[in-house]
Amino acid sequence: MAYIIRRIILFVVTMAIVSFITFAVFQILPGDPIRTMLGTEADEVQVETLRKELGLDQPLYVQYFDWAKGLVTGDLGESIRFSMPVKELLMDRLPVTISLAVITLLIVIIVAIPLGIFVAKRQNKMSDVVFSSITQVGMAIPSFWLGMLLILYLGMNFSFFSISGYVPWTESIAGALGAILLPALTIAIPQIAVKFRYVRNAILEQLRLDYVRTIRSKGITEKFVMYKHVLRNSMIPILTIFGLITAEVVAGTIIVEQVFALPGIGQLLITSIGYRDFPLVQGIVMYITFAVVFINFLVDILYSVLDPRIRLN
Amino acid sequence: MESPQLHLEPSKSTNDLLLEVKGLKTYFHIGKGKIAKAVDNVSFAIKKGETVALVGESGSGKSITSLSIMRLIPSPPGEIVEGSISLEGRDLLTLSEDDMTKVRGNEIGMIFQEPMTSLDPVFTIGNQIVESLMKHQKMKKKEAYEKAVDLLKIVGFARAEKIIKEYPHQLSGGMRQRVMIAIAMSNNPKLLIADEPTTALDVTVQAQILNLMIDMKEQFGSSILLITHDMGVVAETADRVLVMYGGQIVEEAPVRDLFLKTKHPYTTALLRTIPNIDVDLKRLESIPGNVPPAHLFPKGCRFAARCTHAMTKCQEEMPQLIEFENNHKVRCHLYASEGGAIE
Repeated sequence: MAYIIRRIILFVVTMAIVSFITFAVFQILPGDPIRTMLGTEADEVQVETLRKELGLDQPLYVQYFDWAKGLVTGDLGESIRFSMPVKELLMDRLPVTISLAVITLLIVIIVAIPLGIFVAKRQNKMSDVVFSSITQVGMAIPSFWLGMLLILYLGMNFSFFSISGYVPWTESIAGALGAILLPALTIAIPQIAVKFRYVRNAILEQLRLDYVRTIRSKGITEKFVMYKHVLRNSMIPILTIFGLITAEVVAGTIIVEQVFALPGIGQLLITSIGYRDFPLVQGIVMYITFAVVFINFLVDILYSVLDPRIRLN
Repeated sequence: MESPQLHLEPSKSTNDLLLEVKGLKTYFHIGKGKIAKAVDNVSFAIKKGETVALVGESGSGKSITSLSIMRLIPSPPGEIVEGSISLEGRDLLTLSEDDMTKVRGNEIGMIFQEPMTSLDPVFTIGNQIVESLMKHQKMKKKEAYEKAVDLLKIVGFARAEKIIKEYPHQLSGGMRQRVMIAIAMSNNPKLLIADEPTTALDVTVQAQILNLMIDMKEQFGSSILLITHDMGVVAETADRVLVMYGGQIVEEAPVRDLFLKTKHPYTTALLRTIPNIDVDLKRLESIPGNVPPAHLFPKGCRFAARCTHAMTKCQEEMPQLIEFENNHKVRCHLYASEGGAIE
């Protein structure tokens, strides 16, 4: 229980620091959103009036606290470009990005863990060479290129896949899957190529430990040794890796949403940076960091479920 | 069967034999075509109810011998190349892996040296005991947990009901070793292999664990193969002693004969390492040098390089095991003219 409380405090502190940095970065960034909004023709009076209206003439710390208060209450301000609350814009795009991230994560987990186990069981020189080459290739593939290949070879040939746009799950499950699957694969394939080796290494490391010999000495079959004991123990290091994957998957969605013209958060982020739509960009950055920090918080909590040594200390 | 005339050696009745290891060779392929002969032609037997100690320095092949009996040699790189290991007449080396899992933990129980790392850290003590009971005695979960509580009480836990719900890291080294004994004894094994069970423990706890093993042995009528390098432990617990050096058995004797009629210079050196309170020594005794690595054994006697009695013959010719009265065997050229060669 003390462990969980400590994690919650850490989570809140992290978010506070992130919010401060996010705010500060946009103050340093060159470019004036007011000028962008009004264009080059605007005179000084117009600029000052709008600045006052948006509260941008206030001292920075006042602006920060206003904004931070908004974050907590869920009021992220108003987008300069769309003249709409940032919250509404995010809510509109969120389902797309969340579906993409969740499906990607599921694919990575469903493939990387069994593959890692499979390779760990057949550990020898030949398969090590083969699989480490796969990892090298996987690491080197740029996701936009892989996305285009998938569009070309799968998207164009199978009508199940749509190669651009998004269909809400509530409208058609098959349609939503068709729209999400290819972009999800685009992010997942390089992740799998790299991460299954972590799974393999985690398992091989466990297999070397003394307790495995004890279990074998009890007459427990190899299947149980692997799936009950070794896998359960390996889940602790594997979980750490999947915490990291989540951050990478969220980052991956930004590029892939462009390739597949998915109307998600990533696409919104890129267009609003170009427009100097600071309230929107700040909101998105905060959302993305929140997601990543929150997942890592969940991972920490899961540790304590998996590992009694953490739970009881 | 009443046929005494069939006994070629009347002193050795074969049906009180529990385990018979014959010509065991366990080699490790250590790369570049090199072979480490960790266990090289080892033969011995354990009778029912007997405690046999297997002694020797680190690297002499004791643990590999015990893991070979359990068929738990990591393969690759290890491999049992030759020999037979019969448990009540059944050769364990010919069993399928599936049949072997019915022997491990059931007919042969094992305790390891490192109690701190020998239990699975993420499962409760109870879970790790019932696993073995459910596998071998086909017990239901509830029944197995009840048996686990009984076992923990037998090995000396007063609050056994609480212990079964605890995790290994909540227990001390001595307590974990008790748990290991409870697991090893849970299915009344015929043989208990204890691989340096007290080495990692406090001196005060060592005696408790040894006494517990002896109690358990008497209660369940098991035999014990005790692997140790502590001659004090040997003197207290063993009926018979096997001394191993460089993957071979160099001396075998009933425990009294080993201490009082020591033959092999290596055994003499081992015995001299026991500190004696009556002798005022400036330094503790030790045997100079190390056990040669198992891929670099000399062609002659493997102890020759460290032996104070070494002769030219020792460098050139491998001594054979020679048998004396009372089943006392020694592998040394010093005794070549006495006793009878048995290999």
